[in-house]
Amino acid sequence: MYTPLSSSAHTPGINADVWLLGITFVEISAMSAAVETLVSILKMRAPGMSLDKMPIFAWYLLVVAAMMLLGFPPMILGSILLELERAFDLPFFDPTRGGDSLLWQHLFWLFGHPEVYIIFLPAAGAISTVLPVFARHRLIGYRGIVVSAIAVGFLSFGLWVHHMFAVGIPHLALAFFSAASALVAIPTAVQIFAWLATLAKGRPRMDIPMLYLSGFFLIFVMGGLTGVMLAMVPFDWQAHDTHFVVAHLHYVLVGGFVFPMLAAAYYWLPHMTGRLSVRGLSVPAFWLLLIGFNMTFSLMHLTGLKGMPRRVSTYPGGVGWDWLNLLSSVGGFVLTMGFALFVLDVVLHIKFGKPFRRNPWKAASLEWATPTPPPSYAFASLPHISERADLVDPETLGPRLAAGDGYLGLARNNWMESLGVDMTTGKPDQVIILPQPSYLPLLTALATGGFVLCLLFKLYWVSLVPLALVLALFMVWTRTSGLKHDTDLLPIGRNQSAPPHVQAAQAPSYLAMVFALVGNGTLYVSLLFGTLFLWLVAPNWPPRELIETGLAVPALAVTASLLAAGLARRAVRALRDSRSPVPALLGATIAHLTALGATIWLVSTALPDPTSHAYAATSFVVLAYCALHNALGLIFAVFGLWRWHDGFLSAKRTLDLRIGSRLHDYTGLASLAGVGLVLIMPKLVAMTEGLAP
Amino acid sequence: MFWGSVALFALVTGILALCFIAPGFASRLSSRWLVFGGGLVMPSVILTALVIFALFMGERLIASPQREAPLRVEAHAAQWNWTFRYPAVDGVAPTMDRLHIPSGEPVDIVITSADVIHSFWVPRLGGKLDAIPGHENIVRLQADRPGIYRGVCAEFCGEGHTIMEFTVEAHAPQDYESELRQMDRTQ
Repeated sequence: MYTPLSSSAHTPGINADVWLLGITFVEISAMSAAVETLVSILKMRAPGMSLDKMPIFAWYLLVVAAMMLLGFPPMILGSILLELERAFDLPFFDPTRGGDSLLWQHLFWLFGHPEVYIIFLPAAGAISTVLPVFARHRLIGYRGIVVSAIAVGFLSFGLWVHHMFAVGIPHLALAFFSAASALVAIPTAVQIFAWLATLAKGRPRMDIPMLYLSGFFLIFVMGGLTGVMLAMVPFDWQAHDTHFVVAHLHYVLVGGFVFPMLAAAYYWLPHMTGRLSVRGLSVPAFWLLLIGFNMTFSLMHLTGLKGMPRRVSTYPGGVGWDWLNLLSSVGGFVLTMGFALFVLDVVLHIKFGKPFRRNPWKAASLEWATPTPPPSYAFASLPHISERADLVDPETLGPRLAAGDGYLGLARNNWMESLGVDMTTGKPDQVIILPQPSYLPLLTALATGGFVLCLLFKLYWVSLVPLALVLALFMVWTRTSGLKHDTDLLPIGRNQSAPPHVQAAQAPSYLAMVFALVGNGTLYVSLLFGTLFLWLVAPNWPPRELIETGLAVPALAVTASLLAAGLARRAVRALRDSRSPVPALLGATIAHLTALGATIWLVSTALPDPTSHAYAATSFVVLAYCALHNALGLIFAVFGLWRWHDGFLSAKRTLDLRIGSRLHDYTGLASLAGVGLVLIMPKLVAMTEGLAP
Repeated sequence: MFWGSVALFALVTGILALCFIAPGFASRLSSRWLVFGGGLVMPSVILTALVIFALFMGERLIASPQREAPLRVEAHAAQWNWTFRYPAVDGVAPTMDRLHIPSGEPVDIVITSADVIHSFWVPRLGGKLDAIPGHENIVRLQADRPGIYRGVCAEFCGEGHTIMEFTVEAHAPQDYESELRQMDRTQ
């Protein structure tokens, strides 16, 4: 629902807050998943698996995770701003006070379009993995497909405006986004033809997963073709917000996601259950789904072209929509029966499927080399990969790994270990010592949920309790990781050895901090651009009151933040030279406190009332963001002191301080950009004042 | 576009079917030819032509300056009705949910909103443009023949969205002003 319809004036009550906070909560967890996936794929592959030996599925997920990292922040920002508007009356989207509902649309679709490909690409990865097994031929065009997936990732960020062709945007922008929307069809076509070529070159056999994949081809290609039609602006102006679009998006999503996922479910369920499928129901379920789906949605192309708009609760009779809608409804029932049959099939499979030994599909990828169903440790020892990882022989590899004939086929110190590798070459460069099983992650998640619930019920002061709890739990969590003594290189098997991750140059947690900051930076840049967007585009500018401050306090805030970053770097250097990092860390703590105080002073005394105008509201959020990061910097600086005190740090074990240092760097830059923008805004407003109509 | 799509759909499903029905024949297809020809060259050519064609078509709907400025009417949306004003015709009162335009010539419709986002759409006249609070959007439409055309709000705008309909009445151009004034008196 677009603003201002979703603002509190037009949608009062708690309902909209539920989905807004819910979406923010879920997206932040999705961001964590994106960071986790990126780090796992880049750092935790099997030894020897250089990037060009990765299974195709890993490539797809790498692209998807990167897209999530950059695509979700605008939406998180949008929902936070809307919630701030609903809860505290900050007018970001209110045109009477210098806000603009178009800001919401831009933020939403900047997320919304990459999201479509975030849904499609994992399914495409599944197709690229499953299809060669049934074609009985290696995947043709591996490199072309990798390039296509990356191209789709890039292009998908350049076409969000095609959801907004009807909002009245400049001429040239329409042409650009129309061309970009058409362009994205090309890498998709490359993938489809590569799959067809794989089938053509192999000796394909029809089995349940392959049957569902053929359903994918039929449905998705139609959805792609109507997509190209909609990319044409004049056609879109006619079909936009009609049932034609409803039909298109279901063809793309059901074709591009549901059918491949059903194929994937039939393909990988045996891996999880150790049982084979019961065949009797899968085939009728497929035909019910295929027929039901097409009956429901293909007719909607017609209903849409006959002018039926979306999102109506009823429609007048006698304009030619009646029988089309009736048939669509019948199709809906058929489709439901198909899904019911599928669910029944899965239940029967889990209960009565025939057990098997290993690799029922004769696949050539690594996951079938584990025992099935897989034990909690997955592989007893890690394989060395010397060829493409989806061209291996699980039948011979599996028993060897189970017998411990690989890396880390040993237990020591009661540690749970895994290997970290160089990101490009795949050479092992560290032993990652994993935390022991614990309820801490669950408790932290529950506390985070408690914080969101407090916000939902507007218990803002109470919300500080779960927030403090989250912080405390994170701190307790860190007690389970790290080493208190320097360690020699650890043997990892196959006559090699590697340092523990706390002594390695690039631990997974370090990389995770870098990626988290990239995602965070995307949110921040969206916020800064949103501020400028409102200044340039929104109605009812200029604001009546501007910030009143000299240079002294803003300069103090920025200087102190940059100083904190410098001191944090000095602390790392001191530690490396076997000196105490305490003076530098204490300095960083004081610097963050100073910056925090200065920024809060700017917000509370110099800035006009943030509810008065979108200008003041955006400046308020920018400064609050800076203050929040100074507070985080403070926590990280104190954390560094704590780790030193408890003996987790040494000249070799600098990881904790290096992770913190990246955050301090980021905070310095954020303060420079944010406080700087707030200072410049009055000048910018004065500049356009003369131009205002 | 429709027949082009049918042909492309038939091509893809045809190759897919061949792989299973006649694997011998399918395996003689060159995979390089399939991936580069089908995936890269074919869509590039088709899409370039299509985008250029669409841009020219789009020009006609966009209110670009013309030698002779078309008639301007205003469409103002509010939850849940449309008010149409005729600044170009002196002394005519606004009409509710019924827009009067001359037929056979382009008309610029200036679309605004009082509250939330609505969208102005008359399916048979084509084109669709949102009414966004705080902004002014202009769509250029032309009714080729006099008659009644039905219009709807095409952007969900709350409980009354379903019933937010209007009609467009196109008059013969020579009778337009007189009929509009007459309408005004009878209302």
